[in-house]
Amino acid sequence: MPELGRAALVAALGLIVYAVAAGGYAAWKGRRRLLDSAVNALYASFAAVAVASLVLLGALAANDFSFDYVARLTSRELPLGYTLAAFWSGQEGSLLLWLLVLTGSASAAVALNRRLVREVLPWTIPIVAGVAFFFAFLLVVVASPFATQPAPADGAGMNPSLQNPYMIAHPPMLYLGYVGLTIPFAFAMAALASRQVDERWIVVTRRWTLAAWTFLGFGILLGAKWAYEEVGWGGWYAWDPVENAALMPWLVATAFLHSVMVQEKKNMLRVWNVVLVAGAFLLSLFGTFLTRSGVISSIHSFTQSSIGPFFLGFIAVVAAFSIALILSRLTVLRSPTRLESLVSREAAFLYNNLFLVALALTILWGVIYPLVSEAVRGVAVSVGAPYYDFFAIVFGLPLVLLMGIGPVVAWRRASLRALASQLAWPAGLALAAGALLVLAGAGSSPAGLVGYTFAVFVMTTIVLEFVRGTRARKGLGTGGWWTAFSGLVARNRRRYGGYVVHAAIVVLLIGAVGIGGFSTSSEARLAQGESMTVGDYRLVYTGSEERRGANAQEVRAQLDVYRGDDRVGTMEAGKNSYFAEEQTSNEVGIRTDRLRGEDLFVIADRFYPDGSVVVEAIVNPLVNFIWLSALIFVLGSVVAMWPDAREQRRLAARLAGEGAPARA
Amino acid sequence: MALALGALLAAACVVFVARPLLRPARGREDELGKPTAEEEARLRLLEERDRALAALKELEFDHRTGKISDEDYRALVGPLRHDAGEALRALEHEDRPEREPETVDVEQHLP
Repeated sequence: MPELGRAALVAALGLIVYAVAAGGYAAWKGRRRLLDSAVNALYASFAAVAVASLVLLGALAANDFSFDYVARLTSRELPLGYTLAAFWSGQEGSLLLWLLVLTGSASAAVALNRRLVREVLPWTIPIVAGVAFFFAFLLVVVASPFATQPAPADGAGMNPSLQNPYMIAHPPMLYLGYVGLTIPFAFAMAALASRQVDERWIVVTRRWTLAAWTFLGFGILLGAKWAYEEVGWGGWYAWDPVENAALMPWLVATAFLHSVMVQEKKNMLRVWNVVLVAGAFLLSLFGTFLTRSGVISSIHSFTQSSIGPFFLGFIAVVAAFSIALILSRLTVLRSPTRLESLVSREAAFLYNNLFLVALALTILWGVIYPLVSEAVRGVAVSVGAPYYDFFAIVFGLPLVLLMGIGPVVAWRRASLRALASQLAWPAGLALAAGALLVLAGAGSSPAGLVGYTFAVFVMTTIVLEFVRGTRARKGLGTGGWWTAFSGLVARNRRRYGGYVVHAAIVVLLIGAVGIGGFSTSSEARLAQGESMTVGDYRLVYTGSEERRGANAQEVRAQLDVYRGDDRVGTMEAGKNSYFAEEQTSNEVGIRTDRLRGEDLFVIADRFYPDGSVVVEAIVNPLVNFIWLSALIFVLGSVVAMWPDAREQRRLAARLAGEGAPARA
Repeated sequence: MALALGALLAAACVVFVARPLLRPARGREDELGKPTAEEEARLRLLEERDRALAALKELEFDHRTGKISDEDYRALVGPLRHDAGEALRALEHEDRPEREPETVDVEQHLP
């Protein structure tokens, strides 16, 4: 079947080239039938890429090692879940996934919005197809997943660090995020090309942006969970270039999601918004480039490949195209309104944007500086965690503070007296919490103390926002408390879903500060029967065991865990030696105390012939808040994304030229 | 087998893509409509009206929740009502140009 896969990809490339050419000509000359034909080519390209994807999945499921890709990334003993996940664990497969998601989401976005943005849509087709062309070209010419060979008896297997359940979900989530940012980019550029820069492109792409941003954010946290479990150093985020590659577009997309509200409410920041959309998309391309080119030494860059120059060239083309288009449309983009006060919601959004973009740019500099240094001076340097930690604190803490202040500031202008009265309770509770933490001995980490004080401040603001809003709605006589609360959220899902996302960030902060500021560790070489202590825990080494796993030989140190005199359980930690891959991996032991939110994290990877083992044990307080934040984040995003029938009616009516009045 | 399936896929794609072009082009049906200056102006007015009415609703809500003091509320509500009234009057005038502009009750249009 590789011929079918190749034929499907060639067909997809042909269809995409046609969509670029016919769509571009149709948009330029205003030809309806040609545009419909180009749209059909886009739909058909999705079908062709889906066929190619099915061929690859079939080959993976059947262990068809005549496919070079299957033989390089899987083996007969690899469990089925990981075998299928090999679809996106290699370069060619992940490019195919990019193209599949891109053509699928572009087809859906076009099909769902043909009426609403009929003047913008003609230009959307060639732009989105232009992006698809790049990936289809790579798959047909440079990195085909359908290269064949005489089938070996077994495959080379999968990198052991990828054999983790979170690795099944993490890459597709990131790709859905990266690719999803193509849709707002394409519509924004099409709005500029067609000079239709009213708010419709924003309304149309809002949910696509939110969805891409949610996938990206959730994917980053899934990756953190994977790193925590699999990489085995006891941390959750290491400022690895490829981790940063996903964080940068997420930060810029976060800035966009905030500033776009200023455009909707005040018709301001129109240039800034298209710059942010283009920036987020360029950073998503840069993220894929970093992950797949192998240009940066990283645990994530599993491949050294020849696609790097193509990627850099494409990023340069997209950047030049975006800048030229934005500059050529500055006159129609210029906002008719100005900022009325520096103490207003729109000003708070502006400050938030500046901090988010500054953080993204400092991270970008940290990622590219080693490349620049090596290219220009020939000196290899690395940018370590202290650089990133410094800027994360410098820009991150004001951002957290703004999460508490922004929601209580009114649009247009707010008096300092009204603001002070709104913030009295949050500030009072935050200071009280800070004092209590100092008394409880948490002052050992000043950054941690500030982090928790800010967390209380923001969380109180969020709770008060719900309470005050519900009380105000109840005051309108709309029923009981529950009716008032549900009505409050239903009438402004974006705002209250956003508050839930803010709560998720606070929960993440609590976990990050816990592990970053208050973790304790201990290391000891233990003979059988000996013990060590870490935090409140005592670990007794009871012996080690060797056993055969599904596709690896496993060795585990077994430990009894005591807290005080109580035996609270047993733990295992050790390493795996994989048969096909001929590699070993560190397999940590993690014991979660759900009540305290803390983990006891054990690493045991040095076994000695005399039966002793080196055990490193770490107590990570509140680390589980990080994983909890991922769920709260998704909940908030879903609330914010949930379709609003009234808004759809309003837009439909506006398009019809009549218009039911807007709702706040 | 694989080649036959590939050929079938390619043929299906060609037919699907060519189908709109096989439609007879009657008159101006093949032209993508571009909005006229009047349509663009009306769209702008509708957007202004919606933005002003939404801002009024938001102001009312912020006032009820205490984010806006009475003094600020009084200072802000007038210009917003004026903006909304202007947009509503302009739309009214577009719909019935023969009628003289009259006072518009903005409250009636608040949802």
